[in-house]
Amino acid sequence: MNAPIVILGATSAIGQAFARIVAERGHDVVLCARCEVEAERSARDLEVRYGVAASALGFEATGDAADPLWFERLRARCGGGFGGVFIAHGAMCEESDARRDSTLTARMIDTNLTSVAQVLERFAPELEAAGQGFVCVVSSVAGDRGRASNYLYGASKAGLQALASGLRARLARAGVRVVDVRPGFVDTSLTWGRPGVFLAAAPARVARDAMRAIDRDRAVVYSPFFWRWIMTIIRWLPDSIFKRLAL
Amino acid sequence: MSAGRPRTQRLSGWGAYPVERCEVYRPERSRDVRDVVTAPAVRHVIARGQGRAYGDASLNAGAAVLDATRLERVLGFDADSGVLHCESALTLSEIIDLFLPRGWFFPVTPGTKFISVGGAVAADVHGKNHLRDGSIGRHLDELTLVLADGERVTCSPQIRPELFWATIGGMGLTGVILDAKIRLKRVETAWVHGRTERTRDLDETLERVIEGDRLHGYAVNWIDCVTRGRHMGRAVLLRADEAPLDTLPAKHRAAPHRIAPPVPLVVPFRLPSRVLNRYTMRVFNELVYRAHRPGASLANYQSYFYPLDAVHHWNRIYGRRGVLQYQIVVPTEQARSAMKQIIGRITDARRASFLGVIKTLGDQGDGLLSFPRPGLTLSLDFPYTGPELIHLLRELDDLVLDAGGRVYLAKDACVRAEHVPLMYPNLERFLAVKKQVDPEERFSSSLSRRLGLTRPA
Repeated sequence: MNAPIVILGATSAIGQAFARIVAERGHDVVLCARCEVEAERSARDLEVRYGVAASALGFEATGDAADPLWFERLRARCGGGFGGVFIAHGAMCEESDARRDSTLTARMIDTNLTSVAQVLERFAPELEAAGQGFVCVVSSVAGDRGRASNYLYGASKAGLQALASGLRARLARAGVRVVDVRPGFVDTSLTWGRPGVFLAAAPARVARDAMRAIDRDRAVVYSPFFWRWIMTIIRWLPDSIFKRLAL
Repeated sequence: MSAGRPRTQRLSGWGAYPVERCEVYRPERSRDVRDVVTAPAVRHVIARGQGRAYGDASLNAGAAVLDATRLERVLGFDADSGVLHCESALTLSEIIDLFLPRGWFFPVTPGTKFISVGGAVAADVHGKNHLRDGSIGRHLDELTLVLADGERVTCSPQIRPELFWATIGGMGLTGVILDAKIRLKRVETAWVHGRTERTRDLDETLERVIEGDRLHGYAVNWIDCVTRGRHMGRAVLLRADEAPLDTLPAKHRAAPHRIAPPVPLVVPFRLPSRVLNRYTMRVFNELVYRAHRPGASLANYQSYFYPLDAVHHWNRIYGRRGVLQYQIVVPTEQARSAMKQIIGRITDARRASFLGVIKTLGDQGDGLLSFPRPGLTLSLDFPYTGPELIHLLRELDDLVLDAGGRVYLAKDACVRAEHVPLMYPNLERFLAVKKQVDPEERFSSSLSRRLGLTRPA
């Protein structure tokens, strides 16, 4: 209970929702986000609501994930130990923009995949040594099978899925849980105003599904649950059919 | 940072009239508010919380609405002074859930707790305790706004007071309210001692309301505006005072701030318009009158202050056509004669009004466009049956103006622009402040254009 839970991307809708769930359970938290001032506001909220110790730390994924000094600052803030880490940061730009502009492509993949790989390699030995805790990444159904409409984003998320799966196997013998949460559409700024969004889940629901999966040590959870069945069908479709669908 | 894409939505207030197509932005972080307000694609914008104003206060036909509902964090609480610092989309309901167990209650009690702090400030809400405790403006220590140029400013009775008092009751027209500091009220228990009385006719109602409301902390009186003849204007008077700890029965004394939440009812869909008519309302009025027996009782805050909140989406009973809420205040000196005229006119017109509420208001606050002033206030719901209803309400406006009173803008959907300066004598001062902080009228709404507070689109 004492080792704080670290949330990266803490000011995102899913990050905020998850922070509230763990704080309500009495866990101290460290909220990491690009805008430290914004994360501070979230930290105050958790302190007053739930009486836990909450603090904020700036985290710029593409820079800090690889920076040992940043990790030292985080470790000091956490008093040496981590209860778990929840990765909620991510970027989604317009596919058409990313296809034209390779710096956008690079930035999206760096934010969604590379930074996560880098930062998790710092957390992994610490959690291994402690013999407890969890890692939860938020990938996406977009990673299950690349679709014509968003394969650049999908690629970054597919990478996360492999990362989570491998990390889970590595950390299992140390008793550390690794969970891959795969949301469909979530009602956040990423989908607001976007055409073609349906069945958008509330961020709180995704956070609850993530928490339940961590509690039960599930490898992969789809949020909401019905996406598991939708993606099973999508993944099963033979290429001759799939490539004709306007997905 | 950009404002993000807007979503086109058909929005309405609680009364489902009017319904307008708006471009809705929903920032998730407080610093994104600036991006929305200053976005090149945004020419006019108004903030929206829970959308519980009845009319068009949070609508912007063909223009932008800033949905603030994601900005609902608690930023601090001082357990000695009771000052709560929070973001503006936090609702009264959430505040009560968080702080009543700690012994604090919201200082004013409007008819519903499902409103945002920002909306409460913008409408300068009052409650059943206005006589003793004033409106929310009296309990605010500080506001933080995002102005038209995107700058975040703080104002209070000491810092930029003219902006502070223009924003309280200012219907969101001075800027987006981001944060507020509110003084909560310490309460010993979550219970009140209620006193119910019944009156037989309008004369007795007016007499007892004027004499008796001031003897209690809380007073709300349900008035019958459907029955004609001898019993026109009869009422059920519901007064209450906070219950001190030692007056609670033993079973509640151990956990005086806890009550079991009510099993929520919900109106699952809009009822067909035929269901609510003169006859069913007459039956309803009769039932309500009989159901309330005179006497004393112990009630918890939920059932005394927020009975309607127990029925989610209760406004759906009005069906697709919606409802017009009409709330007015007439000054004390004219109250008796004005109310007789107004209620007489409504009953004559055979316009069934479901929930008529009459209560006493106390001192006017310092909000420039604040509604309350010393006198009697009457609120009525009229199912929207067509333009002849608006015609009636405008007749009533004339009666109200003759008596020196005014209409509550947070409920309004049809007051005429030329009446506003007559109803709100501080309008010029308000417009001067607005011109200073928003010279291009970036903050405007369907309401502000209709009332001539801002230029037409």
